[in-house]
Amino acid sequence: MNPSLSLAGGPPSALNRIQRLSLFLGFAGLFILLLATFGIGFPKPGLWLALALFLILGGVLGYSLGAYSGHPAGIRNNGVWFKSLSARGIWAWGLGILLTGFYVVLYFYPQYLGLVQDGPNRGLIALFDPLSRALSGNPASQWFVYGALYTLAILAFGAKFIWKYRHNRYQLLRTLSVMFFQLAFAFLIPEIMARLNGDLPYYDLKNIWPLNYYNFERYRVNAFIGEGNLGLAMLLFGVASTLVITPVLTYFYGKRWYCSWVCGCGGLAETAGDPFRHLSDKSTFAWRVERWVIYSVLVFVVLMTTAVVYSYLGPDHSRYWLSRGELLVGVGVLLTLVFAWVMLFRRKELQKDARYGAIAYFTIILALIGFHYLSDTQHVFLFRSETLRKTYSLLIGSIFSGVIGTGFYPIFGSRVWCRFGCPMAAILGLQQRLLSRFRITTNGGQCISCGNCSAYCEMGIDVRAYAQKGRNIVRASCVGCGICSAVCPRGVLRLENGPLQNRINHRDMLLGAEVDLMDFVGEEK
Amino acid sequence: MHVLIIGNGISGVTAARHIRKNSDCRITLISAETDAFFSRTALMYIYMGHLTFQQTQPYPESFWSRNRMDRIRGYVTAIHPETRSVALADGREIGYDKLILATGSKPNKFGWPGQDLDGVQGLYSYQDLERLEAFAPNATACRRAVVVGGGLIGIELAEMLRSRDIPVTFLVRESSFWNGVLPAGESEMINTHIREHHIDLRLGTNLKEILPDANGRVRAVVTEQGETIPCNLVGLTAGVSPNIDFLRGSGINLGKGVLVNRYLETNLPDIYAVGDCAQQREPIGRRRPVEAVWYTGRMMGETVARTVCGQRTAYTPGHWFNSAKFLDIEYQTYGWVFPEHTREAHEAHFHWRHPKKHICLTLAYDRGSGTLLGVNTFGMRMRHAVLDQWLTEQRTAEYALTHLREALFDPEGYSDYRKHIQTAFRQQTLTAS
Ligand SMILES: Cc1cc2nc3c(=O)[nH]c(=O)nc-3n(C[C@H](O)[C@H](O)[C@H](O)COP(=O)(O)OP(=O)(O)OC[C@H]3O[C@@H](n4cnc5c(N)ncnc54)[C@H](O)[C@@H]3O)c2cc1C
Ligand code: SF4
Ligand code: SF4
Repeated sequence: MNPSLSLAGGPPSALNRIQRLSLFLGFAGLFILLLATFGIGFPKPGLWLALALFLILGGVLGYSLGAYSGHPAGIRNNGVWFKSLSARGIWAWGLGILLTGFYVVLYFYPQYLGLVQDGPNRGLIALFDPLSRALSGNPASQWFVYGALYTLAILAFGAKFIWKYRHNRYQLLRTLSVMFFQLAFAFLIPEIMARLNGDLPYYDLKNIWPLNYYNFERYRVNAFIGEGNLGLAMLLFGVASTLVITPVLTYFYGKRWYCSWVCGCGGLAETAGDPFRHLSDKSTFAWRVERWVIYSVLVFVVLMTTAVVYSYLGPDHSRYWLSRGELLVGVGVLLTLVFAWVMLFRRKELQKDARYGAIAYFTIILALIGFHYLSDTQHVFLFRSETLRKTYSLLIGSIFSGVIGTGFYPIFGSRVWCRFGCPMAAILGLQQRLLSRFRITTNGGQCISCGNCSAYCEMGIDVRAYAQKGRNIVRASCVGCGICSAVCPRGVLRLENGPLQNRINHRDMLLGAEVDLMDFVGEEK
Repeated sequence: MHVLIIGNGISGVTAARHIRKNSDCRITLISAETDAFFSRTALMYIYMGHLTFQQTQPYPESFWSRNRMDRIRGYVTAIHPETRSVALADGREIGYDKLILATGSKPNKFGWPGQDLDGVQGLYSYQDLERLEAFAPNATACRRAVVVGGGLIGIELAEMLRSRDIPVTFLVRESSFWNGVLPAGESEMINTHIREHHIDLRLGTNLKEILPDANGRVRAVVTEQGETIPCNLVGLTAGVSPNIDFLRGSGINLGKGVLVNRYLETNLPDIYAVGDCAQQREPIGRRRPVEAVWYTGRMMGETVARTVCGQRTAYTPGHWFNSAKFLDIEYQTYGWVFPEHTREAHEAHFHWRHPKKHICLTLAYDRGSGTLLGVNTFGMRMRHAVLDQWLTEQRTAEYALTHLREALFDPEGYSDYRKHIQTAFRQQTLTAS
């Protein structure tokens, strides 16, 4: 109804000379990759690959230099809503389609990237062979290419992000952290481990179940167990990261320790996705959809994983030290304990949502009982467990997290997957809401309702709605990126950890006026 | 009961919200400016491309119907207390049982020759933003802009224009930026920062006249020093004053603004005034009679709602606080910190400034008792609740500095200058004694 004035305006769009040169370099690098994809064989692939990667890196770094140097440090969101790329213009759609296309090819048609099953790779994947051999000793696969480009993106755009927010130490530390975890844990360590011990499954240690939904599949578990103490330690670490490490860290720091400091998906969203963070949908409708979808995915992944593990466990201890019956009982008991604790101690926080929690709980419990009575070795419940797994991996693992989650950055914003789909985020979020010291404190009455915080929240949280009432922000979805606090022109928001008491302040009163008024101002209608 | 509110800014809308919380009466908001309530403080971000106009609106469209608030778009030309009605420019008459005036401010114009030319404007309303978009869309259409008046809005306008690479000359009457409010050290730091942003800051410079071209558009300004500065846009930001001209002759007592008592009541029954347009008859502490800031508008809105709903309540704002952002430097203030020329003899200052960065802190305290009077910080965020409590408890400056940690509100990971500040304070008190 009220068209933004801005779009009619004529803001400066010209790039400066450094930026133009950098764009040329970056695109030259991409062009080499493109040529390779179309089957141009390069004589010295190692050299060309290095050239391409360094050109891209240099291009991004140079571009950032051109964009941010020469200005004093500070928030520079000038023209975000004027630029085609960041305001859903032609360039945004173009990029969205390119990225989506890339994901479709990557997941479903890797042969077009040059993957050859039994024989030397061709095309783009062949170009990456030298790097892969140098690291793990094996030829590259489509996943290696993807991993390398992903890491490059986090490093290059991470550097850009740091330069952009160089006045903000929280952003600096957080970004260094995601860059480190991506480079070391997601990229280098697994490759090097593959070189040292080729029989261990590829394991990115920071990729925790349920994000890493395949961690407990048969081939992996067998490989872990088959590799002696190291393998066993890795398996136990996998279980402990979900059941112990994650809850403890989330209690102390909120889900941010994972979502915006460690996680690779988060890492990409925070770095390469930064120019698109304001595109997230802030409507209450989106919030409603978010909660239904993300918790459904969580229920799905719990059932799917239980089914998959169930399908290969034996009726007794002859094959594994855990039997089928024990698995079902174990899962049931764990969930019952959690559910009982929530209902006993956190009923108030959940309010109306308690009903949905109960629905989810009873669905899982009924399904567990169903497993027991309606399953044989091939079928779990009425489905083949393999079908469940495949469906999950296709719908959630590939289409949701990759094609939609990343491909649509320029259209829906950078955290679509994290917000609507990630089961890990769902668990951490529940805990953040119910049992964590983390909150975003609102600074008394200083809010001027400008809307910057809400606009730049990549999770679509209407931060202003809380801040202008003087309330703290305690939301399951908040990943603690700290951008709301950074862009706030009045110093209203602070991410902090503190005692559980008064974490959620429902005192609906803004500081500044006389105390008497506090009784008058009731609950928000 | 029908409560009619003229003005849908922060004070009018806050009043409406709080009336709705406590009453089922009919509520109508009239505004000539926009249908939706938007955050005036965020006007700059629309022009700069940080936010869309939609995003500056604190409540979604559904808010108004959900809370049963009727909205009328129109300009009130007169109010008729004898018939309890107001007249709109389009001829409509609207009745009321209680009337709240929340009409805000308008930019000051001091009778400069040429002040009504095309391309000469203030920055207050949405329409001003549309004008700015027309006259200064980019650096090609606007080769230079001159901003007149060194206050909070002036520096925002300069920043806005710079975001589109438009060269800006900033005429400031005072010898240093905003030194009517800021102590010298702070004001000096802002001068430096303004220049870092390539704004041509002219201190101690007054506007004499604005020159037209053949089409009645601004061509240049002439300063009192006699310099002619060619430009395509002139921003007049020399303060604001209450927007009350349409009330003349209505029988409502007016001063600079609408005169109200501590209950925000005007001299006529059932007519109240809140926000920028209200002027207090009796002074409240050291506050000015007209306070044109967001926060006081909001507090007055909360207070008047209570009175309108039958619980007559005096407006008793707590400790003064305010905040602003000067380009990249955030500013917060709590309590009172006065500049040199308005400072009373008993008010002593402690000033600390980071040797390199734009970070500083000023504590004002009573020379005799050491009681904290106020705090200004630049580039350093403070915790409102803690400072408010210290001021209420009349803590000393020394206490405040020893407990500074509790009051810091900077994001995690920021350098903490407590030690430096505390050492500097000890040195200063040592040399003083
Ligand atoms: C650019 C800018 C930046 C600012 N930044 C800050 C800041 O950072 N912090 C701060 O504390 N304050 C700031 N302020 C001041 C703050 O915005 C005002 O104090 C506040 O908006 C006043 O609110 P109000 O409700 O009293 O009036 P307004 O917001 O002015 O609302 C009055 C409304 O009434 C309408 N109206 C007036 N007369 C009539 C009539 N006769 N008929 C119909 N409608 C009428 C007007 O069109 C207007 O829409 C800023 C102001 C500006 C302009
Ligand atoms: S609320 Fe703030 S910290 Fe949390 S996700 Fe949104 S922008 Fe990031
Ligand atoms: S919290 Fe800060 S950014 Fe958010 S609306 Fe308030 S002043 Fe603006």
